[in-house]
Amino acid sequence: MSASSPVVEFTDVAKRFGDAPPVLSGITLCAQSNEFISLIGPSGCGKSTLLRLIAGLSPVSGGKLLVGGRPPAQEASDLAFVFQEPTLLPWLTVRRNIEVMLRLRHTPADRRRALADEALSLVRLTSLATHYPRQLSGGQKMRVSIARALTLEPKLLLLDEPFGALDEMTRDHLNEELLAIRERQRWTAFFVTHSVAEAVFLSTRIAVLAANPGHIVHEVPVDLPYPRTPETRLSPAYQTLVAKVSLLLRSVEVSTPHAA
Amino acid sequence: MSRRALSFLLPVLAGAFFIGLWYVVRLQVIAADQRFLLPAPDAILRAMGERAPMLWSATLNTATGALLGFGGAVALSFTLALGLSLSPLVRASFYPYLMVLQLTPVIVLAPILILWVGPGLKSVVIITFLICFFPLVVNTTQGLISTDRNLVDLFRMSRASRLQEIFLLRVPSALPYFFTGLRIAATLAPIGAIVGDAYAGNSGGGQGGLGFLTIIFSAQFQLPALFATAAVSCLLGFVFAGAVVGLSWLALRQWHDSYQRKDL
Repeated sequence: MSASSPVVEFTDVAKRFGDAPPVLSGITLCAQSNEFISLIGPSGCGKSTLLRLIAGLSPVSGGKLLVGGRPPAQEASDLAFVFQEPTLLPWLTVRRNIEVMLRLRHTPADRRRALADEALSLVRLTSLATHYPRQLSGGQKMRVSIARALTLEPKLLLLDEPFGALDEMTRDHLNEELLAIRERQRWTAFFVTHSVAEAVFLSTRIAVLAANPGHIVHEVPVDLPYPRTPETRLSPAYQTLVAKVSLLLRSVEVSTPHAA
Repeated sequence: MSRRALSFLLPVLAGAFFIGLWYVVRLQVIAADQRFLLPAPDAILRAMGERAPMLWSATLNTATGALLGFGGAVALSFTLALGLSLSPLVRASFYPYLMVLQLTPVIVLAPILILWVGPGLKSVVIITFLICFFPLVVNTTQGLISTDRNLVDLFRMSRASRLQEIFLLRVPSALPYFFTGLRIAATLAPIGAIVGDAYAGNSGGGQGGLGFLTIIFSAQFQLPALFATAAVSCLLGFVFAGAVVGLSWLALRQWHDSYQRKDL
């Protein structure tokens, strides 16, 4: 894909499941190469569904979606998905978990090993390579899950609330680590989250969604310089943005009729 | 006292207590002219010693039948479970007939099998097979369809082939269920072989098993020998169950939560 053509392009996309009311409607969004776009919004606004559409896990019901200039399902070879849960195979060691996607693609063993070694060192888990998932903490499991995605050398990384279940300190730490990896590898990211602070810290742009049906109500560019560090969180520009996005999110949540 | 020593000592103490209780009941509770109904443990051991060659050959015959029936049930149930895991429609079509296999009493089945394949090892193996089959196929199928949805998505997204999805994902994640079925079947297998032997065994030429011995000893009213046969049957069951527990430990101890140490 060339630098000029967008990596992901939504044009008036809608998604419905069966006869139910649409989950997403009128989604128009364009992601350029190397962008880091966070999707934030109330529960049930279709953020995760949006990621699943990009991944080709579910077809669009209306409008047009192009990933790397083509319809989603065919672009999967340079796309990686990180789920909300670590989604590790409990019967495999950390190393074999990281290699599993490559095994599915019949990558030769020595290449597999090299890519896994690199991913292990990127997430600083080399010393735990022979452990089983149950021996790891929540944060470590998530790092294995990210390492596994990175072995695919993705151009497009989809993260579905990957740090939602972690405590705040671990989350901050993993946010910094994710950006550090981004300095060394170039990918475009879509990141679903409930945390405004996390979205501002990571993103180049934040899309705020409202529910019933899910649609994008605001797009907030985040022009804080990279590399971002723990000090970034102390800067007035960061805090102004967090306040701004929080207010936008609150206005969305108030105006969204709740089902329950 | 250490926990380890205690976990060894307590079962021994419990065993000693029950044997003591046995003697007390026999001597203090049961009237003298009825005592032959509950032979003393030492009499049972003597009976076991006296009839050792007979019991040994019967145990070997029964173990052979049990092992063949059990092995056949494991192999076939696994294959069938793979098929059943493909779709709910396939399961809905086959499950009722699987129930038929399980619900047909051995006492009805035995005469039919005798007519079809004749009395002896073949009939015993088939009866054992039928008794073991159902828990195996139900548990394994349940395991194969209970794979974590996210893991399935992960595999599909990686363009995993159908075979990769089955053998790299569904089969390993079904192993805990498979071993549950295996444990149930392993305790049923010797019982199946003994019942099968009693109804459809062949007593001629040293082919009789523990079921046949049971019939002989009860006809001759040899209660100590009958109790000895029961004890040997239990031992055979322990061997089967123990072997499966060992296999399960080998396959799961590294990764499955059921083998996680409590203090970890």
